[in-house]
Amino acid sequence: MPLLEVKNLDVRFAVRGGDLKALRGISFTLDKGERLGLVGESGAGKSVAAFSILNLIARPGYIAGGQILFEGKDLAAMSERELRKIRGNRIAMIFQDPMMTLNPVLTIGTQMVEAILAHRKISKKAAREIALEKLRKVYIPSPEKRLDQYPHELSGGMRQRVIIAIALLLDPEIIIADEPTTALDVTIQAEIMDLLLELCEQENVALMLITHDLGVVSQVTQRMLVMYSGRIIEQGSTKEIINDAQHPYTQGLINALPQMGEPGGRLFQIPGSMPSLKNVPTGCPFNPRCKFATEQCKREMPQYVRSGNVDVACYEVSNLIEQEKRMQEAES
Amino acid sequence: MTSQSSTLVNIQGLEKKFDLTGGLLEQITFKNGKFQRRQEAVHAINGVDLQVQKGEALCVVGESGCGKSTVARTVMGLLSPTAGEIHYDGQRIDNLSGDAVLPYRRKMQMIFQNPYASLNPRMTIQKTLEEPIRFHHPEWSELEVRDKVHEVMHSVGINPDWGARFGHEFSGGQRQRIAIARALAVDPEFIVADEPISALDVSIQAQVLNLLMDAQESRNLTYLFITHDLAVVEHFGTRVAVMYLGRVCELADTKTLFSTPRHPYTQALLSAIPKLEDDRPNHIRLQGEVPTPVNLPSGCVFHGRCPYANERCKQEIPQLIATDGGAQVACHAVEEGRL
Repeated sequence: MPLLEVKNLDVRFAVRGGDLKALRGISFTLDKGERLGLVGESGAGKSVAAFSILNLIARPGYIAGGQILFEGKDLAAMSERELRKIRGNRIAMIFQDPMMTLNPVLTIGTQMVEAILAHRKISKKAAREIALEKLRKVYIPSPEKRLDQYPHELSGGMRQRVIIAIALLLDPEIIIADEPTTALDVTIQAEIMDLLLELCEQENVALMLITHDLGVVSQVTQRMLVMYSGRIIEQGSTKEIINDAQHPYTQGLINALPQMGEPGGRLFQIPGSMPSLKNVPTGCPFNPRCKFATEQCKREMPQYVRSGNVDVACYEVSNLIEQEKRMQEAES
Repeated sequence: MTSQSSTLVNIQGLEKKFDLTGGLLEQITFKNGKFQRRQEAVHAINGVDLQVQKGEALCVVGESGCGKSTVARTVMGLLSPTAGEIHYDGQRIDNLSGDAVLPYRRKMQMIFQNPYASLNPRMTIQKTLEEPIRFHHPEWSELEVRDKVHEVMHSVGINPDWGARFGHEFSGGQRQRIAIARALAVDPEFIVADEPISALDVSIQAQVLNLLMDAQESRNLTYLFITHDLAVVEHFGTRVAVMYLGRVCELADTKTLFSTPRHPYTQALLSAIPKLEDDRPNHIRLQGEVPTPVNLPSGCVFHGRCPYANERCKQEIPQLIATDGGAQVACHAVEEGRL
């Protein structure tokens, strides 16, 4: 049994004039100690997917269908009280902006102790000891001093380390990190990613990393999901997807990176932009931008087909696979 | 003299400080029975010399707070320099009066980072694009202005029939195209682009970068391109200036810089880019953090984090010196052959 299994998750936002379908039936799993990347452009639904796991989507958003099974128990059907025992305790979350996550009027120590005492019946002194230990683990210099400092006294990179330490406080099984380094500089980003990778391996924590940076995904994760317009269009081994993407959108995304083009030459570009949730095209959501689109693509959403260790939702790919099969049969 | 004649923008000894302490009364404190005057400033740029050659794309890279945007704004005249001079085509422009600088304002245009903030929400696209044309060419007829707007919209790939729409009706990528159209509307020679694609998604970034390169070719533009994204620089830039704490630490052709970075900071910066091929991040770890630009370190601004720093680095500020590879590097270790 996987540690986390999301089945056919449907998330909608109730707005005037009907529901916006932010997630349309996404399914994936996360194993113990596994590192999973979630990529896509803004509006693809990757943050909604991450937030809905802990039911953190606020009204008008709601989970309209599907299951989120954590150790076999459905988080989507749990009461707020039960969920609170899991949130921050067994599944922790790291957000994008470290300044927005920390409370500016409380010291680092107060915030860390508060998080521990919310879940464990131990003394304040013991909680402080745990906080110190975790701060050491994320390589914060002079952690005793930091406990009594306020967030504004730390630099951006230090703050994100504190947040990682807070996420680790209660030894979670899963860490969900939503663009944890987007607000940071490259050299700091590299350090934070090193740290996350090291901690996840050391403690055997599963990591769900949401990012738009394909470079980061390829360095940190073992498996990845590519999202487009509320659907997962390709998922599987990170290495295989990065080296040999099957879905035309993933191919376009990788080929559009400046490092893939000849210096000074024109970059590969995907025409148009992602459709807004208000008017999602029927069939495959990528069809208006896809050069392989056929009538069938415009009518119905393609099913997943397997290619190597990757699942792809694309008629073009499934046709190619069938062709190959027929050729092999003809040969034998 | 050949190299000088092709210099379009010449930045000499540029310095910019931002005062933190405010007026005279706020600076004065009463301590130990004495009045004391205390002044503090952010040293955003500390002596930058750059020459932008005609037709090139000079990229300025660095991490947040290194002063790259301040350089862009000072060159454009949006900020006045504390010290130093800016020359455009041989003419000093940083001390010109409002009227005298007007012809240069037409030749120099700017594209900003956030297309959501740089378009006036209460103006239609037609109005937004007409405004700079009318301002710089008051003698043009209504028809000429409209033709020009039509032409620039077409050239950036925005349907000219959409002129009556407002900025909020467009996506981020389209808005940035409109911002580029606004800059192109007055036929500039020189464009300062301050992180023009940072706010955009990957697939849209490629579209806008291609557009900027097309415009450079068809209109013979010169770019000063500010960015923190090194992959973009490698693709787009003719030359690259790497900045750290308000100083240029390395200046080289793009190819030279990416194949053989010399300055220890450049090396660390390049190694930190996450690449698609690596399985494992394997980057140079710098000690400590970027110091605050309020209290600059003595000597080389990078010495506190540099693995090769010695006594000389703590005392003496290194100057940009040409190396055999063709790069200019401000580093004592490189100069002495230690690195």
